[in-house]
Amino acid sequence: MTDHTSVRAGARRSQRYLPMQILLGFLVIYFLVPFWWVIVNSSKDAPGLFGGGNTLWFSDQIDYLGNLRQLFTYDGGIYLRWMLNSTLYAIAGGVGATVLAVMAGYGFAKYRFAARRFSFAVVLGALMVPATALVIPTFIMFSRLGLTNTVWAVILPSLLNPFGVYLMHVYARDAVPDELLDAARVDGAGELRTFFQIALPLMRPAVVTVLLLSAVASWNNYFLPLAMLSDNRLFPVTVGLGLWQGIASANNAGTTSLWSLIILGSLVSVIPLIIAFFSLQRHWRGGLSVGGLR
Amino acid sequence: MGWLFVGPFGIVFLAFLIAPLAYALYLSLFQKKLIGGTSFVLFDNYVKAFTDPSFLSGVWFVIRFSLVSIPVQILIALALALILDAVTTAFARFSRLMIFLPYAIPTVIGAVMWGFLYSRGFGPLTDIFGLFGATAPDFLSSDLIFYGLLNVVTWQWAGYYMIILYAALQGVDPTLYEAARMDGAGRWQIATRIKIPLIAPALILILVFSLIGTLQFFNEPQILRYLAAGTIGSDFTPNMYAYQQAFSLANFNYGSAISFALGGVVFICVYAFLFFTRKRRSFL
Repeated sequence: MTDHTSVRAGARRSQRYLPMQILLGFLVIYFLVPFWWVIVNSSKDAPGLFGGGNTLWFSDQIDYLGNLRQLFTYDGGIYLRWMLNSTLYAIAGGVGATVLAVMAGYGFAKYRFAARRFSFAVVLGALMVPATALVIPTFIMFSRLGLTNTVWAVILPSLLNPFGVYLMHVYARDAVPDELLDAARVDGAGELRTFFQIALPLMRPAVVTVLLLSAVASWNNYFLPLAMLSDNRLFPVTVGLGLWQGIASANNAGTTSLWSLIILGSLVSVIPLIIAFFSLQRHWRGGLSVGGLR
Repeated sequence: MGWLFVGPFGIVFLAFLIAPLAYALYLSLFQKKLIGGTSFVLFDNYVKAFTDPSFLSGVWFVIRFSLVSIPVQILIALALALILDAVTTAFARFSRLMIFLPYAIPTVIGAVMWGFLYSRGFGPLTDIFGLFGATAPDFLSSDLIFYGLLNVVTWQWAGYYMIILYAALQGVDPTLYEAARMDGAGRWQIATRIKIPLIAPALILILVFSLIGTLQFFNEPQILRYLAAGTIGSDFTPNMYAYQQAFSLANFNYGSAISFALGGVVFICVYAFLFFTRKRRSFL
């Protein structure tokens, strides 16, 4: 994406926008407050947390290392396991959903076949089906097949991403010229080779966008794993932290140390996604603006 | 040839969307009784759902919550996108990233974080309001939980909507603004008469998605109910009620009926919305 405005806008112009920048400043503070609270309070031990000190500033004792050690050793290192589970679900679900969506979007955009219009309309209609309405019947189907409480129960339903198909369809329709595909076919390239060597490189920004969106959706998923999994060694980090939160709230006095684990656990769990978002920024923003939502 | 590409997705679509939907519909037509086992009851479960105060109060809550939270989020997102489209300083670019940051946070973790900030034990509200000699509002009490949740979802989603609208604004041909300026349009007029109408399809798309998402509200109230004991019941939203029926009470038939009925509510709301905005419906 290009910043057309930045070419025109000089220092003179930015002066005029001072009130807006101050407004932005306040909003940035609002959006960062929860992060700040978590960063500050994950440095505290239980007395620091409950001692009634300033909740928005560090206490005398800054003990990230001690808390980290506790987080990763508590209950036999279950937290690390949850993080790895989340990573597995996000990668398997994200990559699988992206592969299927890219192929389907390309197929819908570039081929004419029987029932194409009808099938695409059905996929669009599926965007409006509440995902959570599928969880109960899927659970029963999986329990008949003995799949509940396995990683497949979380990964397989995540492969479904109709919005990704829609995004890829729009993007492939506009970004991949038919003439180019025809030229490749005339030169004797098969359909698969045309797809991999001609179309796929042209669709790359949208592929990254769909990959990121599906990986984030899998990483953030809560309802599905909550319903499907009962063995806490298979939990993703969202369900795991929810479990700790429930335990800590239920007996507030007895488990004060669990609160500091939850706080630091929330902080550590968001770091991978923040890194992924910022490092891939250029790619996914391009896909969002061009392919998506016009 | 096209089916070769569409086929794999088609199989997943049939297995994890069509089949579960059909199965949920089938399940919802039966009732399990202590005496006599499972029997076919046609629409009795739906009659029961639409006369069940727990389901109806949940539906009423998510509809009220949508009517307030969606306009709030979209207006904030739109205002931010317009500001960021006009202000191109380094600080504005930094703000754009920071405001978007909450989208990268799982909703569950976002709710956990705000739960801490709301909590009387270790949240900052007591201290801040104490400075002015006032009592801190308890966003986890039954009077204020609506606003507590409103704040969490606005924090979580406004930045994401802002990025989508900003991307749409960046796609507008800037010569249109020059032309309008020549005709004597001010900045406010350019924003309301040119920019907003041109990104209307993106606006409608995010309105539809936020409507679908909000009617299925689950994660945030489910997490905050641990902290807000007594305020958020297990029937707070229809989705929570369906979850409770199916997974706590093993009443899969009624749970399926509730989630199917909720799906019906979502369809009606989305189609009603699309009907009223049909002139702009160019994205489908």
